[in-house]
Amino acid sequence: MSPAIGATLNRVDGRFKVRGESRYSAEVQVTNLTHAVVVNSKIASGRISAIDTSEAERAAGVLAVLTHRNMGRVATVPRLLPSLAGLAAPGQSFFPMQDESIHYGGQPIAVVVADTIERADHAATLIRVEYETTPATTLLDQDRDRAYVPERIFGGLLPGQNSRGDVAKALAAAEVCVQATYRFAPNHHNPIEPSASTAVWDDVDRLTIYDSTQGPNSVQLTVAELLGLPPISIRVVSHAVGGSFGSKAMVWHHPTLVALAARHVGRPVRLALTREQMFTSCGHREEQEQQITIGAAADGRISALRHHKYSLTSRFDDWAEPSLQSAAVAYTNPNYEGVYHLVRGNTITPTFMRAPGEASGMFALECAMDELAERVGVDPLELRMRNVSDTDPSSGNPWSSSGLRECYQRAAELFGWHDRDPQPRSRREGQWLVGTGMASALYPVTQPVNPQRAKARLYNDGTAVVEAGVSEFGTGVFTAMTQVAADALGLPPERVRFVGGSSDLPNITAAVGSAGTSAVGSAVHVTVCELRDQLIRRAVADDHSPLHGADPARVQVRDGKMVLSDRPDVGETYADLLHRTMTPDVEVLGTWNPPPQDAGYGIHTFGAQMAEVVVDAELGVVRVRRMVGVFAPGRVLNRKLAHSQLMGGMLWGLGQALLEATRMDPRLGRWANSSLADYLVPVNADAPDVVVDTIEQHDDVVNPIGIKGVGEIGVVGAAAAIANAVHHATGRRMYELPITLEKLL
Amino acid sequence: MRPISYSRVSDVGTAIGTVAADPTSAFLAGGTNQVDLLRIYVEQPRRLVDINDLPLKQVEELPGGGLRLGGLARMSDVAEHPTVRRRYPMVSESLVLGASPQLRHMASVAGNLMQRTRCTYFRDTEVACNKRSPGTGCSAMEGVNRGHAVLGTSECCIATHPSDLGVALMALDAVVQTESPAGQRSIPIDDFYLLPGKTPEREHPLSHGELVTGIDLPPLPVAAHSRYIKIRDRESYEFALAAVAVAMSVVDGRITEIRLALGGVATKPWRARAAEAALDGAPATTDSFTRAAEAELATAVPHGMNAFKIELAKRTIVRALTEMTQREGSA
Amino acid sequence: MKSQQAVQTTPTPDSAVVRGPDEVEVRLRVNGENRRMSIEPRVSLLDALRDRLDLHGTKKGCNQGACGACTVWVDRRRVLACLTLAISCENREITTIEGLADGDALHPMQEAFLDLDAFQCGYCTPGQIMSAVALLTEGHAGDDDEIKEWMSGNLCRCAAYPHIRAAIRRVRDEQGGDRAAH
Ligand SMILES: Cc1cc2nc3c(=O)[nH]c(=O)nc-3n(C[C@H](O)[C@H](O)[C@H](O)COP(=O)(O)OP(=O)(O)OC[C@H]3O[C@@H](n4cnc5c(N)ncnc54)[C@H](O)[C@@H]3O)c2cc1C
Ligand code: SF4
Ligand code: FES
Ligand code: FES
Repeated sequence: MSPAIGATLNRVDGRFKVRGESRYSAEVQVTNLTHAVVVNSKIASGRISAIDTSEAERAAGVLAVLTHRNMGRVATVPRLLPSLAGLAAPGQSFFPMQDESIHYGGQPIAVVVADTIERADHAATLIRVEYETTPATTLLDQDRDRAYVPERIFGGLLPGQNSRGDVAKALAAAEVCVQATYRFAPNHHNPIEPSASTAVWDDVDRLTIYDSTQGPNSVQLTVAELLGLPPISIRVVSHAVGGSFGSKAMVWHHPTLVALAARHVGRPVRLALTREQMFTSCGHREEQEQQITIGAAADGRISALRHHKYSLTSRFDDWAEPSLQSAAVAYTNPNYEGVYHLVRGNTITPTFMRAPGEASGMFALECAMDELAERVGVDPLELRMRNVSDTDPSSGNPWSSSGLRECYQRAAELFGWHDRDPQPRSRREGQWLVGTGMASALYPVTQPVNPQRAKARLYNDGTAVVEAGVSEFGTGVFTAMTQVAADALGLPPERVRFVGGSSDLPNITAAVGSAGTSAVGSAVHVTVCELRDQLIRRAVADDHSPLHGADPARVQVRDGKMVLSDRPDVGETYADLLHRTMTPDVEVLGTWNPPPQDAGYGIHTFGAQMAEVVVDAELGVVRVRRMVGVFAPGRVLNRKLAHSQLMGGMLWGLGQALLEATRMDPRLGRWANSSLADYLVPVNADAPDVVVDTIEQHDDVVNPIGIKGVGEIGVVGAAAAIANAVHHATGRRMYELPITLEKLL
Repeated sequence: MRPISYSRVSDVGTAIGTVAADPTSAFLAGGTNQVDLLRIYVEQPRRLVDINDLPLKQVEELPGGGLRLGGLARMSDVAEHPTVRRRYPMVSESLVLGASPQLRHMASVAGNLMQRTRCTYFRDTEVACNKRSPGTGCSAMEGVNRGHAVLGTSECCIATHPSDLGVALMALDAVVQTESPAGQRSIPIDDFYLLPGKTPEREHPLSHGELVTGIDLPPLPVAAHSRYIKIRDRESYEFALAAVAVAMSVVDGRITEIRLALGGVATKPWRARAAEAALDGAPATTDSFTRAAEAELATAVPHGMNAFKIELAKRTIVRALTEMTQREGSA
Repeated sequence: MKSQQAVQTTPTPDSAVVRGPDEVEVRLRVNGENRRMSIEPRVSLLDALRDRLDLHGTKKGCNQGACGACTVWVDRRRVLACLTLAISCENREITTIEGLADGDALHPMQEAFLDLDAFQCGYCTPGQIMSAVALLTEGHAGDDDEIKEWMSGNLCRCAAYPHIRAAIRRVRDEQGGDRAAH
């Protein structure tokens, strides 16, 4: 009895989007609006020795030029904490423009406000800055010998190292050892909408920020701490967000800078980052190297895994994307050692990027697994099957649900895996070498740590509005929530409206780590169930109701009506009940208390990826011909939208595998390709048709609606499947991403 | 973008008179390079003279059998022009493989020839670049230079010329028609592009205010058997890592006529004369192709990240010649 | 052949009307309506539409011609509004995503994007749709390979590409093939 869930309802905000009517944050209509432009540091380390703003101040239309000398001071700089925690969530433990020091290239050093964007932009170029430069570290290899093992990473959420069993001994005893080192270029999210914030002060303690963010509440709490204002003074609105992929998960400097600028000029200010600024203003996936050693028996059964990661972090934070998490538990494996090594560099603190950690960590593991398969002479799929773990190897706890075996099987069927000739270079079509590869996909489900709330109100015409402070950045969460609410209330989806995207609404943790839909979904579910139960209780208590005296447990809702389960002809509509009792509406504020992370289960999402590539035998060009991904994300709320996200994730894997690299010029300490013409993301012609399937798993451990999220898992393993396919096509192993053609010449 | 003033002109005389008289002015054609570079302060004119109303958009037959592409003809229109497609397929292909459909609707063929390099240091006014600010040094030489040139470089500049069309035109010995207050000129395409040498800021011999009115494609039967191949990381919407324009005729297994030019690897659209010399009269075999490719790249100079382009260019030449031969064979 | 001097011409001197650099009145015809605004000549068509006319459906993804989010039609051809100066569009017909639907009734391409889930965040979507409709007019939607190539000027970071192709195929087939839809 859940007609809406699972169905392929079109996006509820889709009509506005295809008509160009949705307003993204740089598009809100505000009277008396002014425009800000940020000026960024051209050096990566040192200090500003002189800054001359006089010409900029005199330029036409300029209202203010702010530098460290006159920019408002922040009250405190909160510590980095992932927005999943639901507290203030700055992207780094540093706030710029408070003094003359420079810690990374692109650090904001001035903000110009003018009456038009053209004038602000031009005035920004009239500022003269002199720097005193000190040596900078911007590449891992520059300072590798200074690497350290951090106590904790990821904003303190994860330990810097982990182990079980005795790896050294197990590796020494292993019949087969595969050892490999993988290098990853830095990557940038590059959502098509650059981040933008518009700040409007209605009074000294009433600020509204229109911000492109994954979490309006996180922005509210972070800006409040920075400005030294209580959260009640700040309202954050985020109706439509043009993609994020992690770049808008943490709270970076722009909403606070624009708030300070707006306070300074006494008028509303809009700040839209440029594409170039998107490369230095909201984190990135860090440059990294991973060293992996797998020990196994001759039949391929794994006995040990050693996995070390070296990466560059900022001067402020011990950040590493958690690349070792899923690889540690992907297979039965009694002996494990995982260590993060960090090198401090002159960079903004790196951040989440779609499938943070797993996109790189599972690449390393799954490429090494492919080597192992070759070494022991076992089909890669069979090798994985032999090593599937029915419990979480790190704790011995059962999985809340898995479905991994079914994913392998279904993917193999859809792909036609079993006809594969394992011999590399065995297929050629003209100039093209053809190869196929596979990989496992795992992604941990991280529970929010705080209660998640939602509000639901049913009106006496039988329509309902459901609210929670989550924003819509393409995941389809507004649509999925409409379905969750419609199902629980027994209403057709068109009678339910979901409202989100504002910090005024009940608090919801930022939608990160695929946890968005599950957190808000659980809160909405709990809330609308409570609303439904209240309505049923009212009906059975009302003498005039046909349901009077019935056992509430035996009342069902469907088509806007409460009816007896065994006598569907007995009942009444919500509207009748409320009209009769002269009640305009009924409202409930509900709370979902997430279970603790270690509730006696391992909670992961699983999947299988397969890819077919062609490699130009002489020119090294790699093209992906087809991809198959099968995933077990618990329950699927909306097949159409879920499959879209999974497909997008898989094509992200394609970009990671073949195209995406931000290139640092260490002499300048700055990125050398910060544009969409130079940082290559896949275009339509790169994207093959993608076959996506889902294996639904019942899971009542993870949350009341049984979903694990589809935002990240599609990425995981996709790049490895491609790299493994490149090996199958060419006989060459790829140890560095992206796989550009010079590596295959 | 700095403040600019704007004029729109509708006849050639006014256009060149206006720009020639004002050293701070520039022509505005499709604007796809001009507006972009203005916005990042690489180009700094104070006045734009919009030439889009000039009657220079047609593709016309020339008396001697050639074809004239009006300077303001759009990339997309030239690419789709039936005569261009039939008689000069490499021109059409070089256009279709460039930029994106939207850009090709905007961009003029003259603007395409005149576009500036995509060297990211050239585009960053904060760093040294001899082409943008003569005498400041070249940041690319030891920098991120995967896309840079291996042919025609100098110690001052290794920037790749980005035009695809220019490569096809180079293979065809096209002639650029210009007009300035001093009169009209016909400039062979090879002379139209200057090597960087010690003056990388000078890319062509035009005087300020000299207008490219048209591009003449010579009557050249072999051009009907031509193609343009372009190698790049992504499948579309990217400049070339290596490109080859080739027109060839093969009689009884021997190459009787050959025109070959390279893109993506040189500081100007690169006529592969050494390769042509090696191929002329040679048997149409992989051996000859490989020897020709070796000959052409013999003088190539790598600079770190772009070293692979030497091998890539060779193999792309061999690929293009092989495909042409196969096509000729099956035709 | 060497460079040669030929016919001497007498160009007219600088007689062109100079407008700007300060604000000037610019008249545009957008979606069939005449609009006037006072803007500097340096203002792009994109910023004029978004900031001056509140036609914010046209998106800004890069401002450098590298993403296609700003695709509009000028004289019914798809172009990039970020590299077009607004002042250069006087006397031309501009069509934006806001001008595509017929009142409440979606254009078939909008309908197809919605039904086939050809977008996620929706930010590239207006540009994709303007491009897709133009693509059919141009006659470049013959098969999937052609659609792929001729839609590659519009980046979609959500990577809805396969669904975008499906939407285009559907409209193409409904409207009786390539070149038929406009
Ligand atoms: C993202 C992106 C990708 C691209 N990819 C490619 C590619 O793959 N291959 C490729 O070849 N090109 C590519 N281009 C470049 C594009 O083709 C050129 O920008 C375009 O051809 C320039 O033509 P235009 O008419 O727009 O010139 P404008 O931008 O208007 O002018 C360019 C320059 O030429 C001058 N000029 C223009 N017309 C004349 C004339 N008639 N006489 C004298 N001077 C004149 C102008 O004053 C200006 O200095 C790409 C561009 C972008 C933005
Ligand atoms: S290669 Fe040429 S354009 Fe690039 S930085 Fe060097 S001098 Fe400038
Ligand atoms: S905004 Fe115009 S192409 Fe990106
Ligand atoms: S739908 Fe998000 S960028 Fe295309």
